[in-house]
Amino acid sequence: MSMLDVEDLNVWFGDGRDRVDAVKSASFTVAAGESFGLVGESGSGKSTILRAITGLARNWSGRISIDGASLSGAKRDRSFYKTVQMVFQDPYASLHPRHTVDQVLGETLHLHGFRDIDARVAKLLDDVGLGNRFRFRYPHQLSGGQRQRVAIARALAGEPDILLLDEPTSALDVSVQAEILNLLTDLRDARQLTFVMVSHDLAVVGHMCDRLAVMKDGEVVEIMGVETLRNHQAIHPYSAALLEASVVG
Amino acid sequence: MSGSQTLRGWLLTDAPTSRRHARLASLYKGWLSLRSNTMAMFGLGILVLLLLTAAFAPVLAPYSWLAQDLGNRLQPLGTEGHLLGTDSLGRDILSRLIYGSRITLYIVALVALIAPIVGLLVGTVAGYAGGWVDVVLMRTTDIFLAFPRLVLALAFVAALGAGIENAVLAISLTAWPPYARIARAETLTIRSSDYIAAIRLQGAGPLRIITKHIWPLCISSLIVRVTLDMAGIILAAAGLGFLGLGAQPPSPEWGAMISEGRRFILDHWWVATMPGLAIFTVSLAFNLLGDGLRDLLDPKDGGQ
Repeated sequence: MSMLDVEDLNVWFGDGRDRVDAVKSASFTVAAGESFGLVGESGSGKSTILRAITGLARNWSGRISIDGASLSGAKRDRSFYKTVQMVFQDPYASLHPRHTVDQVLGETLHLHGFRDIDARVAKLLDDVGLGNRFRFRYPHQLSGGQRQRVAIARALAGEPDILLLDEPTSALDVSVQAEILNLLTDLRDARQLTFVMVSHDLAVVGHMCDRLAVMKDGEVVEIMGVETLRNHQAIHPYSAALLEASVVG
Repeated sequence: MSGSQTLRGWLLTDAPTSRRHARLASLYKGWLSLRSNTMAMFGLGILVLLLLTAAFAPVLAPYSWLAQDLGNRLQPLGTEGHLLGTDSLGRDILSRLIYGSRITLYIVALVALIAPIVGLLVGTVAGYAGGWVDVVLMRTTDIFLAFPRLVLALAFVAALGAGIENAVLAISLTAWPPYARIARAETLTIRSSDYIAAIRLQGAGPLRIITKHIWPLCISSLIVRVTLDMAGIILAAAGLGFLGLGAQPPSPEWGAMISEGRRFILDHWWVATMPGLAIFTVSLAFNLLGDGLRDLLDPKDGGQ
């Protein structure tokens, strides 16, 4: 059964003459437990789809349903935040500069209505491979990879079923990227998460995802299995060119 | 020695072990960087002296601020028993300055509490809510900003009646718009950042986002602005006192003292000059401290 259903999704910014259509008539479904990739060049609208799902992009039309329940407008209810969480692209921008790791996770847990916050913060830090000694540090006392681990811990705090990953490794060093990707794979196995992963890095998507959608200029041009990606059997000329361009050696 | 070394190490650790430890460590690091700024420490020193003077005024002052001695009026500096001379009613100027520091602190503290808080509320709500709330709040702010500050304060005092409390109220009412502007500008940049989006995705409401996530980032720039404004506030209070609309005689408010001394300024210059020097010193101290705090608290440095 499908966990996330996107049908004929349009997202736009601005009105009238200033209107920019960021996503045009995109449709795809993600099954429970699946890892789905959205690839495309910068500005192809892949991140915008995630922002529309989470209600951060207000203007959209079409149908988005989570586990069978349709969403509308930009308002999301508490059960949505319990089901869907997002990891942002830049860990340097997604953590409050004046909040310690403990405050970030503690507040998130409080918002999700948990009581045993102390124990859960320790558990979360442990789950993402950060020890308790990082607990009372400020973001500026952490490296990029450590910050992204905190951001992942925050996304996992509410025990969601779906994790939206907005280029979670593109702001990190190559060596750290692999660590974060492995962490995400492990967490997905441990918690049976459904992933929707945005990336412009086909190697990352090929490693992480079961299926992927190729986007160009706001449109989904092709949806393929990861085997097709690995065997270079893309049908659409754009996705074929994209695959061709990404093969280095 | 080793005890203080370990305390220092404990405070400078980059892996704090508890919430209290983390807070103390970041305070201590701020203090260290403030301490390395000589001018700011100079300003802070003067302000601490002012606080102590105000607290121990009855002990420090050689005479009562009310004690008149008409046979001994308008004595120059360094007269036996009157270090800074006496005024037109033979009152010891030094004693009056010492007692006057209480009034100065009182005015400064009240204005510093009212104006930035009103400004912060108006600015962050306008910036976060946007739309018509923003328009209504910011145009109101513009109207207040369009008036010359002292003239508006004069109008308020004239309407409310002369006196220190009303002077404070009038100054606060004219001082909040710049704070609202700053707070709104900060809010506009903060509200679109990823960490605000992230906490919204956890289901946080606007009230929590404004008070717990936006305020902490606005407050540092407001604190800096307050300390830089302090000189202006003291001068506005002194100005109202000078015009006879602030503190009333025989209150030893510094501006009122200058106003009284004005009549003798050609023959007995110290009567007006001494309270003027006091205002100058305290204003300077606030400016120096404000400059140091700006270096310390600027959120663009990320508190490093």
